Amino acid sequence: MIGADAIVKALSEEHVKYVFGYPGVAICPFYNSILNSDVETVLVRTEQNAAHAASGYARVSCEVGVCAVTSGPGATNLITGIATAFADSIPLVCITGQVNSSLLGSDVFQEADITGAVESFVKYSYLVKNVNDIPRIMKEAFYIANTGRKGPVLVDVPIDIQNAEIKKYKYPEEVSMRTYKPTFVGNFAQIKKVIKALEKAKRPVVCAGGGVILANAQDNLIKFCESKNIPVVSTMMGISAVPTSHPLYFGMVGNNGKPYANRAMNESDLLIMVGARVADRAVNQPDLITENKVMVHIDVDPAEIGKNCGPTIPIVGDASNIFEQINNQEFECDTKEWVKQLNSYKETMAKKRTPNPEFTDPEFFIKTLSSKLKSDSVYVADVGQNQIWSCAYCDVKKGGRFLTSGGMGTMGYSIPAAMGAKLASPKKQVVAVCGDGSFQMSMMELATINEVKAGVKIIVLKNNYLGMVREYQHFTYNDNYSVVSLNDYPNLEKLSKAYDLNYIKVSNNGDVEAAIKDMLSNDKTYIVEVLIDPMDIVKG
Amino acid sequence: MKKIYSVLVENRSGVLSKVSGLFARRCFNIDSLVVGETFDPEVSNMTIVSSGDERTLEQIEKQLNKKLDVIKVKTFHEEQAVSRELMLIKVKYNKSNRKDIMEICEICKAQIVDMSKNHMMIQICDTPDKIKVFRSAISGISVVEVARTGTLALPKCNDLEN
Repeated sequence: MIGADAIVKALSEEHVKYVFGYPGVAICPFYNSILNSDVETVLVRTEQNAAHAASGYARVSCEVGVCAVTSGPGATNLITGIATAFADSIPLVCITGQVNSSLLGSDVFQEADITGAVESFVKYSYLVKNVNDIPRIMKEAFYIANTGRKGPVLVDVPIDIQNAEIKKYKYPEEVSMRTYKPTFVGNFAQIKKVIKALEKAKRPVVCAGGGVILANAQDNLIKFCESKNIPVVSTMMGISAVPTSHPLYFGMVGNNGKPYANRAMNESDLLIMVGARVADRAVNQPDLITENKVMVHIDVDPAEIGKNCGPTIPIVGDASNIFEQINNQEFECDTKEWVKQLNSYKETMAKKRTPNPEFTDPEFFIKTLSSKLKSDSVYVADVGQNQIWSCAYCDVKKGGRFLTSGGMGTMGYSIPAAMGAKLASPKKQVVAVCGDGSFQMSMMELATINEVKAGVKIIVLKNNYLGMVREYQHFTYNDNYSVVSLNDYPNLEKLSKAYDLNYIKVSNNGDVEAAIKDMLSNDKTYIVEVLIDPMDIVKG
Repeated sequence: MKKIYSVLVENRSGVLSKVSGLFARRCFNIDSLVVGETFDPEVSNMTIVSSGDERTLEQIEKQLNKKLDVIKVKTFHEEQAVSRELMLIKVKYNKSNRKDIMEICEICKAQIVDMSKNHMMIQICDTPDKIKVFRSAISGISVVEVARTGTLALPKCNDLEN
């Protein structure tokens, strides 16, 4: 058995079903070994999308996403995808080929110091120098990626190590690392403090971040909120922690969120921040949110607590466990008036758009689309105006998922991530909603989607602009548009033909219902071109 | 505010770069950094002196703890520790200032460890403050080369219980 066989065997031990990647000489031993296993491979059309596809797969399957690429440019192309996963704490194991270990450091063909380059975007990285370390390293890589605060782990394997004979292959049953012991259970004394604060609070609110979903804490959170009648808001990554139409859910916070969600957070006297970084887009002035209120910060990563704002009661641990611990305690909360007040805010502060009737209104389209989707479907939003509209108008039902690149804001995320999501759960409906800018950043994956027969519904909100930047230039530079016009290409109808995909055009609101019905009538891949007003704005 | 971090790390290649990279990326200051092997050859000790506001200093500790090559982080303030720095300094001397130099060395408990016809090398091992005093004391003498270790520190013995 050689090193490459050992890596593949480790993937089988970890029950990996798919490896997303792109071969090159330096990773060829691995791609040769994988032919003798049950692990399926997906050839993406550029390496960045291997990481995005693995990310979509990981988020829907709740397992580790795996990608494997070659050395040098293969590895460096992967970096944006790794950084995207890191920013959203998505568990990935990224395997990169590397030049012969005796040539390391001599700048030979396709050599890149990838472990050095990704240092600030990975949870951990390995450069394998001894073939006998492979079983331990692979075991650790999967464990590190999928425990504590999840994230990407990179394993860089020189080609001679992949080809070297391994003395004895034994996959470790357990990981023992003296430097890594994540906290799972919340400190009981801190939980008691939270309960005392809850009993005193008149206006409590939970702000749910992506950590709630990563910890699979949705049910425990909902149980907590329903039993104590406590309202919830969410960050962008926290969308789908609670169904959108839940009577206690008051929308997304932040610059691009609902005004009543921000008001709920500001006026609360007890804010329970859970699995959220308190970053600038969600909380404009983190220092201020702790004023005049008790703030509880629950996070599995101790370094997040106190990073952007100082909490009154910090709790380190797994969000699901902590809500279970809280739910096991007996206490009462009186929040009737507060919830009533928030509902009146919701009614009076909702934004009203004035859509241009000549085009399709994105609000109408997204609301109609999400209402027709099955409750357990996966909605993948890209980055740009389309993302903000998706966050604002997508109705995520119970069991539904909403994926987007929240922390990094990486354009082109939706198509490969949707492909990964569809492979993770082929029976679910998966839609990718992007703009014409983000679509073109990953449209090469149409070939991959076709090849793996992933029936993804790709919605392109087309306005011939990089809309989000255009809107920024509209407000900040008095309509001095600089490098934001996309002209009319590509012709999506012809492009769909070129890839043998189905195509529907939606010119205005009148076309919406029929197009969605048509698209959802089967499990084939569709490109739906939705013409929207180029001058439309998300802030209104 | 200054704080000293005594960090036990896995003695592997790349760990120093990971730790120093963390400081660079998060805009934390490094006033000084010293690394050396412990009695266990698999473990190194890094002594890092940093300055910043309270939140930054707390973040440094948390971020260090988050690194998977870091085994243990101990933090303390200067006054809670015994700290030492070693400086080697090569100076030019002549007949007229030789006595002065020797006198300064005696006062500052510095040693002359090497000597030639025109040059001498002085070694001083003391607290960072005393080293500062020594430097200003010899400011009139022509210095040829200097090498310093940076601050090494351990918490005082009576603080061990805390």
